[in-house]
Amino acid sequence: MTRLPQATLGQGGEGHRTGDAAPGDHGQDGAGVTAAIRSYLVGLALAALLTAGSFWLSYTHVIYGPAVNVALIVLAIAQIGIHLVFFLHLTTAPDHINNALALAFGILVVVLLIGGTLWIMGHMNANMMPAGGMMHTGPMPPGSGMKP
Amino acid sequence: MSAATAPLTAGTGTPAPRPADPYRLGRNPGGENPATGHGSGGPSPTAIVVSYGFWIFILADVITFATLFAAFAVLKDATAGGPAAADIVDRGTLALETACLLLSSFTCGLATVAMRVRSRLWFQVAMLATVALGAGFLVLEAREFAVLVAQGAGPTRSAFLSAFFTLVGCHGAHVTAGLLWALTMMAQVAAKGFRDDVVRRTSCWSLFWHALDIIWVGVFTVAYLMGVTA
Repeated sequence: MTRLPQATLGQGGEGHRTGDAAPGDHGQDGAGVTAAIRSYLVGLALAALLTAGSFWLSYTHVIYGPAVNVALIVLAIAQIGIHLVFFLHLTTAPDHINNALALAFGILVVVLLIGGTLWIMGHMNANMMPAGGMMHTGPMPPGSGMKP
Repeated sequence: MSAATAPLTAGTGTPAPRPADPYRLGRNPGGENPATGHGSGGPSPTAIVVSYGFWIFILADVITFATLFAAFAVLKDATAGGPAAADIVDRGTLALETACLLLSSFTCGLATVAMRVRSRLWFQVAMLATVALGAGFLVLEAREFAVLVAQGAGPTRSAFLSAFFTLVGCHGAHVTAGLLWALTMMAQVAAKGFRDDVVRRTSCWSLFWHALDIIWVGVFTVAYLMGVTA
């Protein structure tokens, strides 16, 4: 038997979203206003906490100096995760899987792009710069604005 | 061998009832044909398709920002004798900017909740708060840029400052576009009400605004805080 689609209710309505969900969507229509607002409040609190943590770490010497940058990156990634979950309501539920897959591909490209750039340019820097630096041995480049 | 017997047991009897398969493309899980692409109910509603398309645009925009982040990371030590990152970061301004953007992301979420329950008043209130916070962010950033340029630390000073202004300025340009878009959506809701197309545009805008806040997390971490500690 064929079940008639409920689309006769009209498009864009709120009552017939059973198979998939848009990014940024709350997903379940049954979720109340208070639940939605509570989700945003939790996200706001967690994001504020992580931001404060980043600022605090950047000007105290609580942790080993060279590790601070790593800690900052970890905190930033955690906060991006908080934003995705609590503000964009992205999950890996079956009805969100397309959005999550698109995001996964985006992350792949971003990681390749940034990681690849740093890798290649780091090697080129290492190979191009003679010890002592070129700026001091060569002729003064025009407009380099070097101060003695 | 379990590998040999598995197809035999799977081939006998009727197929087990399947859970709703995400790849069955119909928007309802029902329907008699269990094959991929045969979910019932036809294609997804326009609201789903439009938001998904805009989500893909946002991911492409994130990749654009990734190139700017990569350029910044490569050029951050190319200061040409000029000011380095630690010299130009004003932590108070940065904290205020971050607070403005995070709170505006929160009020943007409240606006989408108000839109969901079709409350015009609360929608406009939340949107107004979002616009005010976004404008506050832009004012702070414009002042920061003006101070830097007045100190002779403009984008022409060094490759590092070029990369810095490009990255932060590109985010600021996005915020400006988002502000104009937010004002447009406020006007459209005021004039046309929560029509389906207006609701779709507003959800796309909220995706855009949340994404800008996500980009800003990367900006204040990489361009500001990591420069201070280095």
